Amino acid sequence: MKTKNISEFIAFNIFRLLSLIIVLVLVAILSFIVVRGAKVINWEFLTAMPKEGMTQGGIFPAIVGTICLVGGSMLFAFPLGVLSGIYLNEYMRASWFKRFMKLMTNNLAGVPSIVFGLFGMSLFVNTLGFGDSILAGSLTLGLLSLPVIIRTTEEALKSIDNTYREGSYALGATKLQTIRRVVLPMAYPNIITGFILSVGRVSGETAPILFTVAAYFLPKLPSGIFDQVMALPYHLYVITTSGTDVEASRGMAYGTALVLIMMVLILNITATIVRKKLNKKLKVN
Amino acid sequence: MIDSKNLNLYYGQYHALKNISLSMPAKSVTALIGPSGCGKSTFLRTLNRMNDLIPGVKIDGDVLIDGKDIYKDKMDIDLLRKKVGMVFQKANPFPKSIFENIAYGLRVNGVRDESFIKERVEKSLKQAALWGEVKDVLKKSALALSGGQQQRLCIARALAVEPQVLLMDEPASALDPISTSKIEELIHELKRDFTIAIVTHNMQQAARVSDYTAFFYLGELVELDETKTIFINPKKEQTQNYITGRFG
Repeated sequence: MKTKNISEFIAFNIFRLLSLIIVLVLVAILSFIVVRGAKVINWEFLTAMPKEGMTQGGIFPAIVGTICLVGGSMLFAFPLGVLSGIYLNEYMRASWFKRFMKLMTNNLAGVPSIVFGLFGMSLFVNTLGFGDSILAGSLTLGLLSLPVIIRTTEEALKSIDNTYREGSYALGATKLQTIRRVVLPMAYPNIITGFILSVGRVSGETAPILFTVAAYFLPKLPSGIFDQVMALPYHLYVITTSGTDVEASRGMAYGTALVLIMMVLILNITATIVRKKLNKKLKVN
Repeated sequence: MIDSKNLNLYYGQYHALKNISLSMPAKSVTALIGPSGCGKSTFLRTLNRMNDLIPGVKIDGDVLIDGKDIYKDKMDIDLLRKKVGMVFQKANPFPKSIFENIAYGLRVNGVRDESFIKERVEKSLKQAALWGEVKDVLKKSALALSGGQQQRLCIARALAVEPQVLLMDEPASALDPISTSKIEELIHELKRDFTIAIVTHNMQQAARVSDYTAFFYLGELVELDETKTIFINPKKEQTQNYITGRFG
């Protein structure tokens, strides 16, 4: 064998080994949670209130709480993020201000989530007087996911060849018409990817909701956006570290983790299907 | 029909078009030839103000189309582009159905009447010699067509808004010989109704399809004359050298 082929062989197998390790770690974590969590999951666990100091009963309010928070944050962050991404890529000309905006967006994406939590508490909870509420929590989570949505939107738009824009302008279309009818439909699949990533991240975040919405124990469903809620990640944290009986709620904790992972998984699958459908629609009808 | 007078264009500091004065009579084909980077495509793109999209472009001088200075007279750019259609080097059909590709120009210009749109789609596809091939698959994605068909679709799309001028930027450079000859035949048909400017790297193509030929070199218009004269008896030595393949 030539040296060229040997190094090719070695490199390929190193890549393969590394990928394998990553997959194995992931499978190990998942199966650990599934094995331990599946035992406690039943209809009652999913639909009942927690009982006996959260060592018994279910996690229904935490599921509802997380759904509210994810929904609320996306309602706020998705349109705002997509519109900002459109503005950045389609309207802004290259300038120091644009570079500054991009730098800031990137920095924002790297800010630790606990900082967002503190910011949310001081702005939404205290200054604006929303109190600990779904509104304050959703806005805080929304802020956290904004940079990701802006960046993915921008990247999605950037990947679309300029000849399509020119083709549209050449027919007398305005910029807005071009963006709405040609550019955005082509970018949707990738924008949706950004959306999925954000949803996954938001549903698992604990720090931003700690001071803005999450309730330690609240065995009832919210009746409005100014109510507090329980949330899955925070509930998991509570019953593993500071519950009434940490040992007794161990099983509940794994169940909660499993539910959280399943929720994200279901969302991911749905979004992948949607993206595939959209992509197909773009190519061959 | 098209009249440019002392047209200068700068990309930032770079002087890309130098004092171009050039007339194209109505219902004729003018070929713009010259080596890469000579400014022929840039010139073509000044005629529908496509260069406006590039940051840092400065233009002075006059371009009159149909007697109107398109860089002055408070020109409505969308209307200008409706009047001056364009076909690009790379076929760029939108990822929509064949029908919607043609209808697009009408829809963005505010046409709502579906029966009118349907009529116009058929007419444009016939003008672009594509109707026979696609009339049964109008709902199919335009991306499923072959490269040559896609380019004719783009021509049909441009024709649908009833332009007076058609700008073609190397429309056949990415196509096989058969598709190319179809496009050339089409240009021959279209010049009865439209004023056509075509940029091409293919000298034979320029000779075959055009009535007038303009030779650009280093941002200047070296020579403009009837195609026959340019190819048989050019007045400038540079033109002679280029068409005989001594440089370029």
